[in-house]
Amino acid sequence: MRFLSNLINGLGLGSVYAIIALGYTMVYGIAKMLNFAHGDVIMIGAYIAFFALTRFGLPLIPGILVAIACCTLLGVIIERLAYKPLRQATSLSVLITAIGVSYFLQNGAQLLWSANPKVFPSIISNGALHLGALSISYLTLITIGTCIIVMIALTLFINRTKTGSAMRACSEDKGAARLMGINVNGIISLTFAIGSGLAAIAAVLLCANYPTVTPTLGSMPGIKAFTAAVFGGIGSIPGALLGGLLLGIIEILSKAYISTQLSDVIVFGVLIIILLVKPAGLLGKNVREKV
Amino acid sequence: MNGKEKKGIFGFLLDDRHRTRTISYTMVIAAYIILEVMLKTGSLSSLLTGLLVPATCYLVAAIGLNLNVGVSGELNLGQAGFMAVGAFSGVCVSGLLANSLPPVARLILAILIGMVLTAFVGFLIGIPVLKLQGDYLAIVTLAFGQIVMNLIMNLYVAFDSTGLKVSFVESKFKLEQGGKYLINGPMGATGTQRIANFTTGTILVLFALVVVYNLLYSRNGRAIMAARDNRIAAEAVGIDIAKTKMMAFVISAALAGAAGALYGLNYSTMVASKFDYNTSILILVYVVLGGLGNFNGTLIATVVLFLLPQLLRSLQDYRMLIYAIILILIMLITNNEFLKTKAASLRRKKA
Repeated sequence: MRFLSNLINGLGLGSVYAIIALGYTMVYGIAKMLNFAHGDVIMIGAYIAFFALTRFGLPLIPGILVAIACCTLLGVIIERLAYKPLRQATSLSVLITAIGVSYFLQNGAQLLWSANPKVFPSIISNGALHLGALSISYLTLITIGTCIIVMIALTLFINRTKTGSAMRACSEDKGAARLMGINVNGIISLTFAIGSGLAAIAAVLLCANYPTVTPTLGSMPGIKAFTAAVFGGIGSIPGALLGGLLLGIIEILSKAYISTQLSDVIVFGVLIIILLVKPAGLLGKNVREKV
Repeated sequence: MNGKEKKGIFGFLLDDRHRTRTISYTMVIAAYIILEVMLKTGSLSSLLTGLLVPATCYLVAAIGLNLNVGVSGELNLGQAGFMAVGAFSGVCVSGLLANSLPPVARLILAILIGMVLTAFVGFLIGIPVLKLQGDYLAIVTLAFGQIVMNLIMNLYVAFDSTGLKVSFVESKFKLEQGGKYLINGPMGATGTQRIANFTTGTILVLFALVVVYNLLYSRNGRAIMAARDNRIAAEAVGIDIAKTKMMAFVISAALAGAAGALYGLNYSTMVASKFDYNTSILILVYVVLGGLGNFNGTLIATVVLFLLPQLLRSLQDYRMLIYAIILILIMLITNNEFLKTKAASLRRKKA
């Protein structure tokens, strides 16, 4: 029974990772870049949600919507100013720029809101659902539920709408997509918008689970989620879900049964083993190199 | 150029093969002499004096990373992990021999052992890592960096009259009278004697440059670059890709280990979290801004970017913000299409 409840907690944490990983994987799939600033967009989302809920006293849902709107805008602005001029540049230049953006956001947040941790208000009642001996907190249920809704919505959007197929076309072949009359720059902006909006949702879920807001809040979940995205096969949306969930479960189980301090070692160790067996991740496409 | 005959020592130093290294060595030695004179005359602020040794450490680590990222073409996001191995093994060696060797000999031995041990760790990590390519390789080096850092954070090393004791996770051992912790888990290494000095640091930088340049202009160096430029073509002409990549990876790790040992012995306390992923990224930024495969660029970029936050100190809280903006602007300007074509046309005019 204890194992089952740990497993469910792992799914909860994994859901947060999965939502963040979606942001990484979508941007990678379309713009072919590692967006290192994604973790810091989460941090900004957390601060905005914090201020919306406490200082401006907004109710929960509008507060979250404000955070999503601000992060979406932020994502689009970052893309326009920092990444768009580098479309033709080498991937390393783009990587360094993303690191610069990440530094900028972290230090900007520190200047604006100081490094002192802020306590996120508890937004979901502390109750739990009791199923026999098993009890699952409402928070975990809502986290998992949000992840499922996000996944379904995103899958429908990508597979069933015209814009979605334009996105798939861009990730397949940008040049051909442009010839078909697809606005590639618009699609890339849209991808950043969606990824950053998801980051805001992840921020609220993260802070509901771990209620301290600091300027470096996003970096560790960012790295973990990035790992999750690679784990599942970067560029693949179901891969991000699978990678995120697995990572969350492994982390919680190794914390519960092996060692709290060494859980990160185990998480990254499993990643390495998986990549050695499946070099393109669990659900990634293994592209054969042609001579 | 073919008709040009070698004219004595200057002709040798400035011919096509040697010009770059001559410039590198000259820059390092000149900087050393100027700084030493300033140190002796006391015209260097205490802030800058404290930065000299760390600067040489970052230089060595960056030279190593440039060999891996620039020359071998494999993105490594775990260089700080190798520095951590070097730092803590160096601290242990120095702590163990505190009473039996003079500081200079201890420092050299610590750096050597740190370098050899890190090279070995690099070799072990290289076996799985170098099977991967591109972004996947990058993420695995990141993962290894995190693993190394987390392991050292949970490592306990102590010694007493009964000998050396090593344990993970918890310090289970009882120490005899006079026993001492060398590494105390998350608290890191404390009470280290600060035996690192600027001269050793400069010699280490020169050593790193000698190693890298000699490799670069050798058969192996050309093989490494061939494997980077076209893996398949290189394989077709009989280059052992795995071996060449491993060579660059291990030398890069060894240099990071030596840098780490020097770094660890420059502070009385050292925690493993200092060598997190942000430090790896910092070194990568030096390398990329200096120019991939360009070691003179690495030297200049490392010194400038290392000093920049310190020089911006008068701006107080804004300094890292401005550092970030400068970083982004440099990338945007150096990759600007308009400026690139301008620069190319200027170069054509010259030729």
